[in-house]
Amino acid sequence: MPHRTFIWFILPTALAMILFIGLPIVSSFFQSLHIENEQVLMEVENCDPFGCTTNVRVDVEATEKIEAENPLGRFNGFGTYIDRNHLAFDEIREAWDNKSSIGEFKDIVLNLPFYKALLFTLTFCFAVTPPVIVLGFIVALSVNTLAKSLKGLIVFGTILPMIVTPLIGSLVLFWMIDSQGIIGASIQILFDDPNLSLKASSNLTWITLIIYGIWHNTPFAFVVFYAALQTVPQDPLEAAYIDGATRFERVRFIVIPHLYPVATFIMLICLMDNFRVFEPIIGFSAEGVAQSLSWMIYQDLRNENKMLFGSAGATSMLTILGIAFLLTPVLIRTWKEFKTER
Amino acid sequence: MKKLILALLISFASTSVFAGSHSPCGVTSGSINILANEFTTYRIFMDEVKSCAGPDADFNVTHSVDHNKLQVAALSANPAEFSAKLVTNGSITPLMNDGLIRPLDDLVAKYGSNLNDNQKITIDGKIYAVAFMANAQHLWYRESILNDLGIAVPSTYEEVIAAAEKIKAAGVMENPYAGAFKSGWNLGQEFVNMYLGHGGEFFKSGSAQPNVNNEKGVAALNVIKKLTELSNPDFLTQDTNAVKEEWESGNVALMHVWNSGAASLLDDEGDQNIKADTRLAPSPTVGGGNKPATTLWWDGIAIATNTSDENAEASFRALVGAASSTDLANNNPNATVWLIKGYTPGDTAGPVVDAASRGTTPYPSFPHMSLMHGALSTELVEFLQGNESAEKALADVEAAYIAKATEQGFL
Repeated sequence: MPHRTFIWFILPTALAMILFIGLPIVSSFFQSLHIENEQVLMEVENCDPFGCTTNVRVDVEATEKIEAENPLGRFNGFGTYIDRNHLAFDEIREAWDNKSSIGEFKDIVLNLPFYKALLFTLTFCFAVTPPVIVLGFIVALSVNTLAKSLKGLIVFGTILPMIVTPLIGSLVLFWMIDSQGIIGASIQILFDDPNLSLKASSNLTWITLIIYGIWHNTPFAFVVFYAALQTVPQDPLEAAYIDGATRFERVRFIVIPHLYPVATFIMLICLMDNFRVFEPIIGFSAEGVAQSLSWMIYQDLRNENKMLFGSAGATSMLTILGIAFLLTPVLIRTWKEFKTER
Repeated sequence: MKKLILALLISFASTSVFAGSHSPCGVTSGSINILANEFTTYRIFMDEVKSCAGPDADFNVTHSVDHNKLQVAALSANPAEFSAKLVTNGSITPLMNDGLIRPLDDLVAKYGSNLNDNQKITIDGKIYAVAFMANAQHLWYRESILNDLGIAVPSTYEEVIAAAEKIKAAGVMENPYAGAFKSGWNLGQEFVNMYLGHGGEFFKSGSAQPNVNNEKGVAALNVIKKLTELSNPDFLTQDTNAVKEEWESGNVALMHVWNSGAASLLDDEGDQNIKADTRLAPSPTVGGGNKPATTLWWDGIAIATNTSDENAEASFRALVGAASSTDLANNNPNATVWLIKGYTPGDTAGPVVDAASRGTTPYPSFPHMSLMHGALSTELVEFLQGNESAEKALADVEAAYIAKATEQGFL
């Protein structure tokens, strides 16, 4: 395709991407460099049913005046990025200087909100993605061998977990693992421990979230693998069959090499998806023990009475950097494959 | 011409009827759109608001337990998403900080002739809200269980813990205590209660600097820890509504929840044996203090700044009609403690009146209190799970608060 044609071809997409993805990112970045203007406080007398007291309140007029002069707020550079609720450079330096052991240093760092969230996010990413690829592949292989009349129904059933809204799916599971729910009660009987609760311990909550993640993501891998399976050339398969290759050998030496690029693609999408894990944390009420980077953004924008735009912007930027960092090896690999194929 | 004079006469006559006391009810122009928290008493109140607004009114109400998180964004828009908001002494502060609710003096003068003076929430000489009920968290207990084991009704948290341990040891219940410990706002609120009960102050006097990492804070956390050990192991996922369900299932013998919970706990639904056995008691003191470890709250109505005067007036009329309805209060005497004129308190008002008479602190209304509450909401969980010390948890609270308050321009 000549460059000129390509440019016209890509122009609408590129424009839409700049408008809906590029500009919001630039705007978030800009906001992350600013913090709110100083609040002017004044003493006032408040009277309510419990009596009158002297209290402080924000002087709205004075604060509005400052706001009008400086609508973006105060410029803070990368101050928000390195504060205690984000990269926490000062806290880490202090912990390093005063550490008595590496273990203690690790505890202090992982207790900082950003690193705590990062640890869960990465754990979730790397615990969910490989099983999703393997399971998706196995399910696709199995469905592919079914009789044609059954396939439609089974395919529909298999992709159900993906169709269910993540929040609803996780809420349903949340109630099922309750100590009075069907799964929770069964597990208590199975382990003969009436106090066993999947929601109470942080390890069990993490495992629950990971299992939920696998359940929710496998259909995606399945759909892609299943589509790719239809493109596997029949000739080499038949030749291998005649040569006496077992089913396992045919899958191992013909199907898997053929599906390799597809697996890379699935890994890319899954890592990206799982890095911004969010809904299950809300659905499972797991905020206490499992926070992710996306949850931190939500927390800044929703859980505070006043929205912390700077803080949310900074976390968003760090999330984008994280995803870029995570995907670099996969992208380099894809690029190399692309080059050699040419 | 004749028709015009007739029309004028009629309109004159009708205005003269209402001259002295503009009747608030029967709204015909303007639209009413209210944001409110979700619990039974508010539903009862909203039914009255709706009937006061009348059949011709354009009336909408959104009940959400997330009202605190929605309110600033929804009322900042111009025109605001909602014309009115039910506020408390906790949730009014963020709205006041940004000037999102309007002074009500004119409307009160016009439609508020039936209000008690103490219903008018005055800030710096202007009325910004009209309160209609008072609320507080206090102790609830199962009388037969305490009687069977010969336990006196606890009046301190030390006695609550001893009583719960006794019930557990007797094998009556596995997790006899319950409180709303859900990580987030609820958990923060439990600390607020317990810290104030120990006589703590959240900020260094005259500044926005935090002041929770001290002996009183540690003592408060240790009491909360002991209570959670006697609670359902899922306590970090249980909010007030979940605790009430535990109570109605008969799994709990002692709990510390809102007085307004009576509206659903003492209604005709659910196990009537448990209902008959449910008793209310004053909120306990803690650590030798003399004030109950709880906070006083009022709930009231506020009108958005960024809404048209017509909508503001319509909303105010409907809401104030309910907030001054003696019938509403006396038909539902046990739904809460109404502040409405002519209300005769029901059987359940005792603990709130007790808390007020013993000098309980109202929930702090500093402009930066919500940031402190937010920091408490997230940073105390690890201590309760036994992963860090109380001092470390409180140091984390202060550090998280300082980072947020700096960003918001308070420090």
